[in-house]
Amino acid sequence: MNGPVSGPANGPQTPEDPVTPDNATAEAPGRGPTVDPEPLLVATDLAVQFPVFSKLMARLRHTERMLRAVDGVDLDVRRGEALALVGESGSGKSTLALTLAGLQPADAGQIRLEGRVLPEHRSRDDRRRIQMVFQDPYSSLNPRLTVGSMLGELLRVHHVVPRDEVRSFSAELIRLVGLDEGALGAYPRQFSGGQRQRVAIARALALRPEILVADEPVSALDVSVQATILNLLRDLRRELGLTLLLISHNLAVVRHLCDRVAVMYLGRIVEVAPAEELFRDPRHPYTRGLLAAIPRLAGNTADDPAGEARPPALIGDPPSPLAIPSGCRFRTRCPLAQPRCEREDPALVAGPGGPGHLAACHYAFTPVPATASVSAAPAAPTAPEQA
Amino acid sequence: MSEPEGREAPRRRANQEMLTNEQLNPNVLEVEDLRVRIASKRGVVRAVDGVSFEVPRGEALGLVGESGSGKSMTLKAVLGVLPPEAHMASGQVRLDGTDLVRLSQSTLNRVRGPKISMIFQEPMSALNPVMRVGQQISEGPRIHLGYSRARAEERTLDLMRRVGIPDPERRYRAYPHEFSGGMRQRVMIAIALSCEPEIILCDEPTTALDVTIQDQILRLLVRLCQESGVSLVFVTHDLPVVAQVCQQVAVMYGGQIVERGDVHDVLLNPRHPYTLGLVRSAPDVEYVQDSLRPIPGAPPSLIDPPDGCRFHPRCDFAEDDCRTGTVPLRLLDGGRATRCLHYERCGEALAADRAAQGATQ
Repeated sequence: MNGPVSGPANGPQTPEDPVTPDNATAEAPGRGPTVDPEPLLVATDLAVQFPVFSKLMARLRHTERMLRAVDGVDLDVRRGEALALVGESGSGKSTLALTLAGLQPADAGQIRLEGRVLPEHRSRDDRRRIQMVFQDPYSSLNPRLTVGSMLGELLRVHHVVPRDEVRSFSAELIRLVGLDEGALGAYPRQFSGGQRQRVAIARALALRPEILVADEPVSALDVSVQATILNLLRDLRRELGLTLLLISHNLAVVRHLCDRVAVMYLGRIVEVAPAEELFRDPRHPYTRGLLAAIPRLAGNTADDPAGEARPPALIGDPPSPLAIPSGCRFRTRCPLAQPRCEREDPALVAGPGGPGHLAACHYAFTPVPATASVSAAPAAPTAPEQA
Repeated sequence: MSEPEGREAPRRRANQEMLTNEQLNPNVLEVEDLRVRIASKRGVVRAVDGVSFEVPRGEALGLVGESGSGKSMTLKAVLGVLPPEAHMASGQVRLDGTDLVRLSQSTLNRVRGPKISMIFQEPMSALNPVMRVGQQISEGPRIHLGYSRARAEERTLDLMRRVGIPDPERRYRAYPHEFSGGMRQRVMIAIALSCEPEIILCDEPTTALDVTIQDQILRLLVRLCQESGVSLVFVTHDLPVVAQVCQQVAVMYGGQIVERGDVHDVLLNPRHPYTLGLVRSAPDVEYVQDSLRPIPGAPPSLIDPPDGCRFHPRCDFAEDDCRTGTVPLRLLDGGRATRCLHYERCGEALAADRAAQGATQ
């Protein structure tokens, strides 16, 4: 069997299959495979924008209003790591993921894979190397193909294995994600949500990708089912040496699965740090607000309605990406905002702790000047909304 | 958040001649032996199967469970808005001592709003898209409280300020699509509060929202409850959210309540293996577990539920006595109840977990 995708997941499996990952050099004990410091995928000054009106409207109005979904993002994904992209809806995290996976053309900037700039139209092999798992397994699988025919088509088109081994390789894949071989003959509607997400993962893995981009892979699932998918993703990373880019709004999931976290706000990355450090010592006021907003099992607002024991909640809604505030884009909701923040757009810079922890805030690593008042934030309980 | 002046002081009206004994009963809402059946092609689905609970005045009760556990159907039955294919086979829903199940449709309409109201998960589908938001909020006071147009508008602006909608004078004339998700949910809350109900039923009110907006809405709900003394029934699948809002919690599984009690006791010290499974399977932001422990198997069929304890096919602690007969909800000390014959094993398992955790740290 030359199917390199094998090895134990948390399901039925064949222990005699040797674990021969095709792109990881060795498995290290611990949370994941060894992380190569040389980035595998690098995005430089990446920007994606969408026209808000139709082409006709744009011609009638002689202007095109653009929504800047991703607005100058620098990000590197290291081989073997699990990197999380977190942020509120509308922060551009899903658009960034689609762009990195080559499913959405970039309007500016470049993406390099192993140092080579990826062209706008990627070769079949480049597409193969980055695969995606989507949020909703109900709509991302073709309802009219059995799992076996879906996997078979992929394997044949991409010449992953010789034709006579397609069947056995499909069976191996489906066992890898913890399903029974009988699943190959079934249609997506015959599976539960968690099983469908396993099928979606098997499909992504069929092409032996180096990078798996998972966009909210568990948020459509029940809590007890989420755990099985999270365990599966973690096991697959260990077994196959996969590089994982996880998009999630659930910070508990992120903490469980990821080595590094990038926080996005309105199309920009505002903080990047190793997961432990980010949760222990967040530097950007947005990250702090995001962490403070997570409901905790032990914490009870009912005992503390004013939330005095907890850090204050983030005020207001995120501004519209059509009207990004001048200077620092977080300043309209920021408890630290100063006059300077209105004029100067902070760059994503490293703190004194080293190049691993970056933040885009004037006061991330230096204290707010004592003389300045901290009342520049809007006085109303909620920030003015977009019109 | 600052409170606007001139808001009516929290008080209870007694203008409903049929409901007057509220001083006598400590519970606003008492649900007894509620059973909801849904006819389907494959048989009768017992969606809610003998659910009883009570909500003390001014308190919040969380109803927790996964999809298909019957929690949303319970809420719909309480409010009398079951879908056409479902019917209530038995049960009493006593609001201030009056059984809502036996009320006529027109009497029920006079109770919904001034006595009991609801907040839905999807504000966009619950709000009328072609009606100005201000009108939607003032509709209740106009109809139920007999307010004049001017007085209802004044009350609406007041409510909008209370729920934190900025610039209410301008927003009064806006349509729901002009609002963000969080703001729409604030509008829903304003509508639910508009007739000063005794109790508000919340069906996953923050599930569709971002975590930062969820935090704002939860804080708002808790504050409003404390100010006006309104009670809540809060349905969610999210255990930490329940811990934020509720004092009491009831965990539902397979159409039944399997555990009940004080929210901290239940979540931190579960006495039913299903609750334990839920707590163990969720990742925690506070620390990293090496491996999550999913609950094996799948939820039971509600057409033909398993004999004995409904959880026994998925339970690590199941013995022979769990597999036959019926397992009643047993009262324990400290106001707790469990539908498990071997609940003490949960405590042992949790102690073992914590010891193992301590060893690795």
